[in-house]
Amino acid sequence: MTPSAYVLEYHLVNYRRTWRSSVLSSLVLPLLTMLGFGIGVGAYVTGGVGGYSYLEWMVPGLIATTAMQTAIGESTWPVLSSFEWVKVYFAQAAAPLRIGDILGGHLAFMLFRVLLSIAAFLLVAFAFGTLRSAWAVAVPLIALLVGAAVAAPVAAYTASVTSDSYLAILIRFAVLPMSLFSGVFFPIESLPVVLRWVAYVLPLWHGVDLTRAATLGLDPGPGAVWQVLYLVFWCAAGWSLAYWRYQRRLVI
Amino acid sequence: MSYPFRRVEGVNSLIHARGLVKRFGDFTAVDGIDVDVQAGEAFGFLGPNGAGKSSTMRMIGCVSPPTGGVLRILGMDPRRDGPRIRARLGVCPQLDNLDPELTVLENLTTYARFFGIPRKVARARAAELLDFVQLGERAGSKVEPLSGGMKRRLTIARALVNEPDLVLLDEPTTGLDPQARHLVWERLFRLKQQGVTLVLTTHYMDEAEQLCDRLVVMDGGRIVAEGSPRALIDTHSTREVVELRFATDDQGTYAGKLEGIGERIEVLPDRVLLYVSDGDGALAEVHRRSLSPAGSLVRRSSLEDVFLHLTGRTLVD
Repeated sequence: MTPSAYVLEYHLVNYRRTWRSSVLSSLVLPLLTMLGFGIGVGAYVTGGVGGYSYLEWMVPGLIATTAMQTAIGESTWPVLSSFEWVKVYFAQAAAPLRIGDILGGHLAFMLFRVLLSIAAFLLVAFAFGTLRSAWAVAVPLIALLVGAAVAAPVAAYTASVTSDSYLAILIRFAVLPMSLFSGVFFPIESLPVVLRWVAYVLPLWHGVDLTRAATLGLDPGPGAVWQVLYLVFWCAAGWSLAYWRYQRRLVI
Repeated sequence: MSYPFRRVEGVNSLIHARGLVKRFGDFTAVDGIDVDVQAGEAFGFLGPNGAGKSSTMRMIGCVSPPTGGVLRILGMDPRRDGPRIRARLGVCPQLDNLDPELTVLENLTTYARFFGIPRKVARARAAELLDFVQLGERAGSKVEPLSGGMKRRLTIARALVNEPDLVLLDEPTTGLDPQARHLVWERLFRLKQQGVTLVLTTHYMDEAEQLCDRLVVMDGGRIVAEGSPRALIDTHSTREVVELRFATDDQGTYAGKLEGIGERIEVLPDRVLLYVSDGDGALAEVHRRSLSPAGSLVRRSSLEDVFLHLTGRTLVD
């Protein structure tokens, strides 16, 4: 086993305490949103979107959003706590672990959480019959990509702040707009050009688009390769930033 | 608990520092210190807050790269061999960083895993260590409700989970009540008897006197004296000290009147210290001069006096 696997193991031991309630809420959340948005709001969108019912069209967006939200949830308060309150990172840094092990092990756990919440959502979506294609099996991979593309840079951000009021700012000014303008609830083509570019630049829309192609069995075209590469770029840049910020904070 | 005393082969000093420097921007925390710690020794860094003790400890713990000078830990270079060195260190930080959500036992077993210790071995060793720090009965309970002394003992147990060659304790009893302190001291003394090399920082002279075979006194990032507690006292202080408290706002007004009694006079805000070889004789002389202090005390010299003499300041403000 590599040292980062030991770090992952630590986070898993910690998760064992709360996994029941966390899995339950992972299931309840998609159920409620599906009922509220898909059936409630969907009843007004009678024409559907692009030949699909509104529910079918929106579910992949929600799955990608869930991946993003779980990644952000795990890379904000838990990371700040590991630096500021419980200080487990410092305990880990005193052991024979390197910065990459500490960061890698924690990111691996964040992705594990992303997978869990996605799996729950997929299950509910499957039960509602909104998965139209066998390509849905690719959704977990896309979700991992979205999760890493978001968790790594957010962990870098969290590692740079000392108070959780900065995390609230992140949620308000980055996460909320990203959820609204990434083609989750309506196609980004209905946005003005400027806002459409916001969607192109941020990672979520690419995840939404890829997930939508997978669950609806659409041909994503050659653009999908660029979208995947763009998300990989977010992962790599996020990792480098996070590594740098972790090092600045742990090695003083 | 039987602690395996291991000889560290081919290394003369477990810690070897020459001209060690740590700077943070313009601020020099450690200003060129020379230190050697031998296997089996209990070595102390004594000094007030801000003396550079913790910065030194972090460099020794290989979590803070030196700005200058030579540093070898277990014969290796922290800049290059950090993880290899840390694998053989036990670290008890100044502020507990236990995981409050995990149980007492899990805190040890998960930490043992960071050293690549197999789960089974980790569990057995954790149980043994919990008995050693007298927390065996709390193995299954959460860390949060434990008292400060219990948490500190658990942190010490965690520092021993990899059977380290060198145990670093940064202010091991700061913030503990007297009873909890004594319990920690007693456990550390046991470790010392078993031949474990201890390096600790403290600003408590009694802690240094009780635990350290040898210590350095630090002030302003420099080492101002070095030796065994006894030798330091013999060299830098007199046998006895007379403490006098006068009923005045300015104890200094009495300094002149005490002139010639003993070797040295120190005026503190709340008392005057006379450094003498014969305390009772000196006190008799004070009374013969019709100076009537509101309170007086004759005691033996301590490291506190050594520090006062060397730096002109008291250790604990």
